[in-house]
Amino acid sequence: MAATKTRTSSFSRNLPAASSAQSPEIKCGPNGTFLVSSGIPDLDKTLGGGIPLGSLVMVMEDSEAPHHMLLLRNFMSQGLVQKQPLLYASPSKDPRGFLGTLPSPSSPKDDKSRSHDAEQEKGLRIAWQYKKYFGENQSNLDGQRDNKQEFSNEFDLRRPLDRHFYTGQHVDCISTKDLPNIAALQERCTSFLSQFPRNDASIACTGRIAIQSLCAPQCESSNMEWEMLSFIRSLKSTVRSANAVAIITFPSSLVSPSFCKRWQHLADCLVSVKAIPDEDKELAKLLTGYQEIVGFLNIHRVPRINTQVPAVLEATTLSIKLQKRRYLVLECLNQAPVDGSSGSSYGTSGSCSGSSSKSGSLDF
Amino acid sequence: MDSRARNLLDEALGLDQLAQSKPPLGGKAVLIEDCVETSGSFVLHQLIKRLHTAVPNSSNVVLFLAFANPFSHYDRILRKLGCNLGAQREKGRFIFVDMLNVECPVGEEGKAGGRSGLFALFANITKVLNALPESNRKCLTIVIDDVSLMEVAAHGSSDHVLDFLHYCHTLTSDYGCSLVTLNHEDIYSSMDGLVFLKQMEYAADVLVKVEPLATGLAADVHGQMTVLNRGSLNNRMSNFQFRIKENSVEYFYPGARA
Repeated sequence: MAATKTRTSSFSRNLPAASSAQSPEIKCGPNGTFLVSSGIPDLDKTLGGGIPLGSLVMVMEDSEAPHHMLLLRNFMSQGLVQKQPLLYASPSKDPRGFLGTLPSPSSPKDDKSRSHDAEQEKGLRIAWQYKKYFGENQSNLDGQRDNKQEFSNEFDLRRPLDRHFYTGQHVDCISTKDLPNIAALQERCTSFLSQFPRNDASIACTGRIAIQSLCAPQCESSNMEWEMLSFIRSLKSTVRSANAVAIITFPSSLVSPSFCKRWQHLADCLVSVKAIPDEDKELAKLLTGYQEIVGFLNIHRVPRINTQVPAVLEATTLSIKLQKRRYLVLECLNQAPVDGSSGSSYGTSGSCSGSSSKSGSLDF
Repeated sequence: MDSRARNLLDEALGLDQLAQSKPPLGGKAVLIEDCVETSGSFVLHQLIKRLHTAVPNSSNVVLFLAFANPFSHYDRILRKLGCNLGAQREKGRFIFVDMLNVECPVGEEGKAGGRSGLFALFANITKVLNALPESNRKCLTIVIDDVSLMEVAAHGSSDHVLDFLHYCHTLTSDYGCSLVTLNHEDIYSSMDGLVFLKQMEYAADVLVKVEPLATGLAADVHGQMTVLNRGSLNNRMSNFQFRIKENSVEYFYPGARA
């Protein structure tokens, strides 16, 4: 929160609680931050609830696989579903075409299949005479789902997003190839972000910026390292003072090592993705659920806005799974002999694939 | 002062040896180095807190050049540490220079006569210094967060940044001001970058290196730090680990924690 008025007392009331209650796509985070969803519920959980407004997320690409696109797609879809304005920049010729590949939120019916086991467990514990109250609760939840007013959605990677979500005025696509230099991109970003000034009173609207493969060789300015750094720095500071979140993916192998480190220092949140080889017998023996794993996600840095305490994660390497080839799921790595402690996560994946056969027959 | 604020870091920095009336850092130049895995900004926060709360009614003034974060970020952190930056700012004891969106290009034409970028910044610093009463000038501490972003703001002309830092150093010898800078160690892997880092290290009186644990992630230890305090006769080196909390930082020797 940008406090414009200086407070002379250390004690102050937490004002923002009321404003956040109105918009479900924004959550109150720790240290006076507001969180928005990354589009992947598991990633949100790992990052401590979501991505804080005003932070810059950097994704280091795997040069051999397009896994960063999975993160980008979900991030963009989440924003579009919640009607948040979006600025998308990509080195491709037709960036608007990419919007056609965005995943659509899965219907509440599918949603339930994923949280099915949890509900079942709850049901077993609750005495029968209280069941009616439980039912009420559940219908509330379902009502929320129907309105699509959720903090985060599950996305079905096989179903394209409805056109009406991205045909409006609020989606801006830029091909970085067409731009004469990086300053032009900077200008576009700044003018986009000026729609979301930050003030203490309320958050009217939040924006998302997604920049794909910044510094890719096909862009004009790929060899001007200091200009790129200065662009990221200015983007970071403008995002910080706006109600917006920016995500940048970049091919880390194409940036010289010392500059790559500079980029990493500029990120509020830093993750890298890596594909795993197909049919790797040794890995298959080592990891449970190898068939569903498409790659690894490494979390190097978690946003630390307004706090000095570093976050110690349980695991920094997560496996990226495509459940039923539809849902993007992140899980801590389970090594082959499954011990008792990791049993629960194993259980969920087990039951999910179990229910998948049920709902799968309905879907096709 | 009482024992409450004393910890391993203060000891290593030599803060406890000084009399209360003197400014805590006493004209020293402190360089903090960190890396992507472990941030060293908490040392800055500790020092600012120390400067403002160690002695009540002291005349310490902090001039903060912020390239990395907005004021609200520092304000929140310091408030949790028990130091109200907003109030200090109104009293004129905390001077915050927001450099987040400021570019400091130093081209050839800048040399010729234009007072822009780093020149203007240094002119600002001397203006602040001259505005202070003569006796209080040694109480000024210049804090830069962080130098690598300053390089970016100067569009990569590292020589000019070094010059700027050198000018700041002359202030420490001329007026007895102190200088605290934060930089990232791991970005200077290439040859010419290394020279920049070595020069900064050479000029520093106290060198604080913040690193992650060599043994990997731990839930209750956030990292380790090495403090090299260059005395006039002998160097003192200390090595300890730390755990950062919202309202304080715990320091302890490796293995000394129950």
